[in-house]
Amino acid sequence: MIPAAFEYARAGSVEEAIELLGRDEDAKVLAGGHSLIPALKLRIARPSVLVDIGRLEGLSYVREDGDVVAIGALTRHAALVRDPVLAARCPLIAHAAELVGDPQVRHLGTIGGSLAHADPASDLGAVALVLDGELVARGPNGERTIPMTEFFTGPFTNALGPQELLTEIRVPTVERGVYLKYQRSVRDWATVGVAAAVVDGRVQVGLASMGATPLRASAVEEALAGGASPADAAARAGDGTEPPADVNASSEYRAHLARVLVRRALEQL
Amino acid sequence: MTNVALTVNGVRHEADVEPRLLLVYYLRETLGLKGTNVGCDTSSCGACTILVDGQSVKSCTLLTAQADGSDVTTIEGLAADGELHPVQQAFHEQHALQCGYCTPGFVMATVSLLQENPSPSEEEIRHGLEGNLCRCTGYHNIVRAVEAAARAGA
Amino acid sequence: MSILGNRVLRKEDPRFLRGEATYVENLTLEGALTITFVRSLLAHARVVGVDTSAAEALPDVQVFTGADIDVTTGPPPIPVLEQRMRRPVVAKDVVRFVGDIVAVVVSPDRATGVDAAELVSVEYDPLPVVVDMTDAAKDEVILYPEVGTNVAGRAGRMDHDQNLFEGCDVVVSDTIESQRMAGCPLEVRSAAAQVDADGRVTAWLSTQVPHRDHFGLTATLGMEPGQLRVIAPDVGGGFGAKSAFGAEETLIVWLARHLGKPVRWTETRSESMIALPHGRGQRLELKLGGTRDGKLLAYRIDILADAGAYTGVGAFLPNLTGLLSSGVYAIPRIEVEGCSVVTNTTPMTTIRGAGRPEAAQAIERMVDLFAAEIGMDPAELRRKNFIAKDAFPYQTASHATYDSGDYEGALDLALRSVGYEVLRAEQRRRRDAGGTLELGIGISSYTEITNPLGEEEYGEVEITPDGGAIVHTGSFSHGQGHETTFAMIVGERLGLPLEKITVVKGDTDDVPKGTGTFGSKSTQIGGMAARGAADAVVERAKGLVGDYLEASAADIVLDTGQGRFHVVGTPQPALSWTELAERATADGRLEELKAQHDFQAPPTFPFGVHIAVVEVDVETGKVELERLVAVDDAGTLINPLIAEGQVHGGVFTGVAQALYEEFVYDEEGNPLTSTLVGYAFPSSADLPGWEAVEMETPTPANELGVKGIGESGTIGSTPAVWNAVLDALAPYGVRHVDMPCNGENVWRALQEASA
Repeated sequence: MIPAAFEYARAGSVEEAIELLGRDEDAKVLAGGHSLIPALKLRIARPSVLVDIGRLEGLSYVREDGDVVAIGALTRHAALVRDPVLAARCPLIAHAAELVGDPQVRHLGTIGGSLAHADPASDLGAVALVLDGELVARGPNGERTIPMTEFFTGPFTNALGPQELLTEIRVPTVERGVYLKYQRSVRDWATVGVAAAVVDGRVQVGLASMGATPLRASAVEEALAGGASPADAAARAGDGTEPPADVNASSEYRAHLARVLVRRALEQL
Repeated sequence: MTNVALTVNGVRHEADVEPRLLLVYYLRETLGLKGTNVGCDTSSCGACTILVDGQSVKSCTLLTAQADGSDVTTIEGLAADGELHPVQQAFHEQHALQCGYCTPGFVMATVSLLQENPSPSEEEIRHGLEGNLCRCTGYHNIVRAVEAAARAGA
Repeated sequence: MSILGNRVLRKEDPRFLRGEATYVENLTLEGALTITFVRSLLAHARVVGVDTSAAEALPDVQVFTGADIDVTTGPPPIPVLEQRMRRPVVAKDVVRFVGDIVAVVVSPDRATGVDAAELVSVEYDPLPVVVDMTDAAKDEVILYPEVGTNVAGRAGRMDHDQNLFEGCDVVVSDTIESQRMAGCPLEVRSAAAQVDADGRVTAWLSTQVPHRDHFGLTATLGMEPGQLRVIAPDVGGGFGAKSAFGAEETLIVWLARHLGKPVRWTETRSESMIALPHGRGQRLELKLGGTRDGKLLAYRIDILADAGAYTGVGAFLPNLTGLLSSGVYAIPRIEVEGCSVVTNTTPMTTIRGAGRPEAAQAIERMVDLFAAEIGMDPAELRRKNFIAKDAFPYQTASHATYDSGDYEGALDLALRSVGYEVLRAEQRRRRDAGGTLELGIGISSYTEITNPLGEEEYGEVEITPDGGAIVHTGSFSHGQGHETTFAMIVGERLGLPLEKITVVKGDTDDVPKGTGTFGSKSTQIGGMAARGAADAVVERAKGLVGDYLEASAADIVLDTGQGRFHVVGTPQPALSWTELAERATADGRLEELKAQHDFQAPPTFPFGVHIAVVEVDVETGKVELERLVAVDDAGTLINPLIAEGQVHGGVFTGVAQALYEEFVYDEEGNPLTSTLVGYAFPSSADLPGWEAVEMETPTPANELGVKGIGESGTIGSTPAVWNAVLDALAPYGVRHVDMPCNGENVWRALQEASA
């Protein structure tokens, strides 16, 4: 319940946050805190210093940028749910955001924090992956763009450098998208989550809780590209995945759920 | 130590706090506002729910330091001039509490829910309260209380 | 016009609504030191050494180990329980479950306590672990070598009648498990203690049983009764988990005395999940036999129960399960055998229902299996075998004597309320249409035993100088609303309005004795005790009024409608309670307007029928509970609002067992569900509303006609939901699904049936 002791610094700007992160290799970013603070309370995470970016101005927005929707990394889930631009241009993000946590969590949790946490069960992770999104990061060497497909590198690990901060998430305009989340109880993380969307005319499928990171169901996508029916393509949902076994479900059941939910998502698309 | 200044139930407070001091403990132990309860250690139960800048949050999942500059309302700050807030009154009239431990959290979550959605359906209420757990009531009368509060224009 | 039977809003609500409740954690205790327990991370191991040096290097930190504290607690002195599996409050030689206390940290504040506890280094020598009760029952790995067996308790008889199923054309059998559950009160345990100026210890405990704790703590610590005061302030739920003091409470009192300083402790939730005793945990082998036209003749129930690491009251529960095994049916031949075994897991206790949910789950599953086997509607099979309404008191073949029941009336009411025929028609329509969302309708017909120990409860009523009343009760409400219900009972006898009546409880200084609240007994014995005390005060009052009105006490009557005494037949002059109290105070006779009453009665047997409607997605296995109709008859309802609330909460727990919750260990005895993330405690969004239907068949056991209702909802609902799931899956050849009936367990059952 009580975190191990740490130091605390409030960043007044992105540059200051980058600089503070550089001072200590065990420094961690604090945004909404709803992935980090639970880990601190169970003493699973023991950072030396928290760099609080929660009050940074100018990182909470949803904007149209040509064909792309640009979302500030500090945009809270609750804001995504209500946002009219998202509703018009990329409702799948808003729909997934509404399924994250509970109302209290959604008031404070941020999309940047959620993606950076790189939980294999992440709803927004699966959705951002399926949309072929891009992340903008800023660090001591300036700004760079990271494709979602390269962002998750392992369980709770991402491609950011130790001093890099996510500043923006960019997703395409996608009108057709489905996210199905199977849970024992609505309180749970996804036992299995399936995201499906038509991106640039191609049907893409993303999976949560089917491996060490959120995944693209490449075998399903290939089958569809080859003309397979939703049912036949969905039978490939488990290919190339290593679904975990835990109190929520066995690997076998997860694989079964993935096949059923992928078929249903494709049928609903 | 980190310096924080925040308003709690309309009163401004300033303090130097340990960075790891959770907001719920600052409220309970530094300010003596013990109405907000701690029910778990995984941000699951919502017994610690308060309003920060008008929105429901779990005060066990916020560092006091993060609340610097915020406007906080706890259960003690709801009743105006000793009169129960309409949500509190509705919980009473619908017998929506038994042991009372989850009650402050549910009341605050309800206030926030009705601000965002003044006329929720039963399904919206149940989902709107999924961040709060109760062991005594089976939720039935809590849902009735939220409906009653909504009708009363809470 | 009696107030009894009215839906009266609760007097106690304001302080809870305003955030002014007095839970132990809210207590201000100047200078109190914080206690943090260091707990074993291994399920079974020898303790080789405890290194406290790093912890004690932190400022003002002291650490105690088993070498410093030689106190042992034992199981309740019940003859069928093994008495030698005693628990040292701090493990010295052996740890027996993940959570067993190995060291105690004393620190100036909570954060330092957690930091220090992390620094205590324990060296263990691992021992073989037994987690599964069936493995424990084999006695291959013996957990207590000096005892020589893992058996912690027995029930029933070990000899079998080979002819038990003679005359049975049909015999159905199954093995079911009533899975381990955690009580999970929203308030975890807190305790605090200090030595007062006069040398007496005051202990504040989050408990259901302050007087029982007082007795047990003084006995365990070798204290004279007068040396301890126990105060239970507001308590945030118990559900049976707080119905016995534990190692922690013992240590808090011990430390306060040893240190001479106030101490306090509040567990974390993940600590509570493993340290607060668990419930259920029974595996039952069942066989039910009868005729092909639906007459049940014989039932064999073989109970294996998990006692957890140390023998406690949980090890006794197979006796209650066996006692209630007949359920609501007139089954002529019943054979019960039961055995509890120790395992390297959290000890077991009496969680809501305590042995009776298991009995109902067993017989109700078997009745449905029997009905399916002979192709009879499950409602009809039940109806054919109910104990008749006029057959009470009725002694069952499992040796329970039921006081009253109208099982067929409850069934008819439930079937009508749920719209049974319409539902069966919808079920047929869906089956014909062949979709993947199947409808299931499940019935559960139950009775259960309340006030199971037939206890005696204490009540006292005193009149205050302004003509109000204070009720002192040995019952202890921790959510059950006694401040309202008992005030209603006493108010009705005295003719006083609720505003003038206060109920006092929980402090051993204010109430000399009591049995606390558990076993759904409080209204029927505590309420009756308060009622008796009120009646005694009225008799005494008549004496004083007679003196004041110069009449014989025998000629004085109390007009309860007006709250006034007068001579029979002569409405004036009259004395109200206020006037009487004023005069008595002036004369120094107020003390006479006080009386005590002890009330004892045998157990009573509430009953009911629950019907659940579920929708099962046969592709994923997911079960949605659509409706739960609950007819619960607990005799006269003093306050139907509060009684209904008890049913709602009880049903919630029963549904949670049927569909969601299970406390799970791995093979090494590591708990896998020790937070509210892993443990599937359902939220409001996972559940429907409850349809509670009133039915009142008064019991002859007491003048109020009340039985207990607190556990009925739990006992009735689990089998209804379980049967509904099986009913939905019947066309797929499924006869068995493990609880909780979550998606995976349903999917596995479908897989097995189609194999």
